[in-house]
Amino acid sequence: MEILVCISKSPDTTTKIGFTADGKSLDETGVQFIINPYDEWYALVRAIELVEKNGGSVTTVTVGEADCDPVIRKALAIGAHKAVRVNAVAADAAQVAGELAAVAKSGSYEAIFCGKETIDHNSGVVPGMLAEMLDLPLVTWVSSLEYDGDKPLMKRETVNGIETVTVDGPYVLSASKGMSEQRIPNMRGIMGARSKPLDVVEPCGAAAMTHVEGFALPPAKSGVKLVDADNPEELVRLLREEAKAI
Amino acid sequence: MKSIVYVQLQGGKATKASLEAAAFAAQEGEAVAVVSGAIEGDGGLGAVGVRSVLHCAEELDFGQSARLVSAAVESEGSDTVVMAHDHSGRAVAPRVAVRLKAGLIASVTGRPSGETIKRNVFSGKATAEVSASSDRRVITTTPNAFGIGSNDGAPAEVKSFSSDVGDRRVQVVEAAKPSTGDRAPLPEAELVVSAGRGMKGPENWGIIEDLADALGATTACSRPVSDIGWRPHHEHVGQTGIAIRPNLYIAVGISGAIQHLAGVNNSKVIVVINTDPEAPFFKAADYGIVGDAFEVVPKLTAAILALD
Repeated sequence: MEILVCISKSPDTTTKIGFTADGKSLDETGVQFIINPYDEWYALVRAIELVEKNGGSVTTVTVGEADCDPVIRKALAIGAHKAVRVNAVAADAAQVAGELAAVAKSGSYEAIFCGKETIDHNSGVVPGMLAEMLDLPLVTWVSSLEYDGDKPLMKRETVNGIETVTVDGPYVLSASKGMSEQRIPNMRGIMGARSKPLDVVEPCGAAAMTHVEGFALPPAKSGVKLVDADNPEELVRLLREEAKAI
Repeated sequence: MKSIVYVQLQGGKATKASLEAAAFAAQEGEAVAVVSGAIEGDGGLGAVGVRSVLHCAEELDFGQSARLVSAAVESEGSDTVVMAHDHSGRAVAPRVAVRLKAGLIASVTGRPSGETIKRNVFSGKATAEVSASSDRRVITTTPNAFGIGSNDGAPAEVKSFSSDVGDRRVQVVEAAKPSTGDRAPLPEAELVVSAGRGMKGPENWGIIEDLADALGATTACSRPVSDIGWRPHHEHVGQTGIAIRPNLYIAVGISGAIQHLAGVNNSKVIVVINTDPEAPFFKAADYGIVGDAFEVVPKLTAAILALD
């Protein structure tokens, strides 16, 4: 199996978010960057498990500049076989999807895995754009992927609960929690990652379609109102009369 | 704004998230809905201000729906496409955006203000004002971020509509089973009762279920609890689970790590029940009780059941 896994760099989940004085960009001072958790824990690890079982290779692809290389090396340490980095600043979903589509077309992949969203912009729309650009079927929010012979059986989360679906031929999926478990790279993986290929390619010039005019932090809470543990009736009264929440 | 709204039907009626999207579009201008599959009357869409409903009798998959929506945009001369940011919108909207060469502003939480629309970023830790550089734009609305409004509009005219939508490419092998039972799905839930490691074990969840039942709420949990298998993955709310924004979020025995807060801090009212008065969650809460969940929660349930 040849699987392409789309990896992006995101701030660590514990990051306290702040912005530059003009509110136009993330203040990266002291921010640790990681592989976007959905890309790593679920999409990448499941792809590696499938290739370990069935043979083939896992290629990762990232749109970003050289500051992405440490997280790409981590993906190789976890078990990806090779990596491609499109040398461009990631601007928005449309531009990233356009660049990813160009890389996907240059290879011959049976499946393209993405995380369900990134934890920075949270749009979750790159997988769908990629599927449309490549004219492939898309299955979103996949929490389980098993193969019955050549047939992928995917459990996806819908508003009505968990549904099992399948597709014929190549497809794009977006992975959610449950598809696999986080894998910590071992020393052998970390050493081996240094010599695995990381190809840097120039962008095809896909255009961004949206622009962030400015960021802001949400207003702080005014402070908690504590209610005595022996008097939950008071909490119920406050929720009903003051907060009007029930 | 002249919109096409893509609407999901369930039992012939528009889902709650779709009604919110339709109301959003109708309040910004003229809204025409596009639906596929069995519809009952106008699906409840006229009431929220939709003028007409373009109906395709065949039930389509999301790829086909994207083609139908794109065809409707061309035939109606619309400048905007609106749909809910739920499992359907996440699949349909990006395809429509590519087909129409339109900028996609996903999961918005504010109404259009000039050229920009507000949305949550960094998993709810911040907001961004986003604009599209195209003439047309696609907008997806965050479930439970917008009300439905007056809900007393005249019935919408339902017109048969079709176009070349291609073949169905995703086949359903086993139909969906509701994972939340009779309770509302988490992303749409207005009331949520959530619990964490403070519950000490999965066998103690009865009092959480009882409180949820008393309120008509959906249950959720923190990441550690889902990771160790006390609760199913789909209940995990937080930065790496589901981000939610209910009207009321009650957190029991959850300390409030930054990753958890990120997924829930857009809740309109937050109640924290924790034995530890220093739990960081109290700083993000509106109301709190410092106390033992095993004593406080049953009393709270009783107090709610005592309401008329």
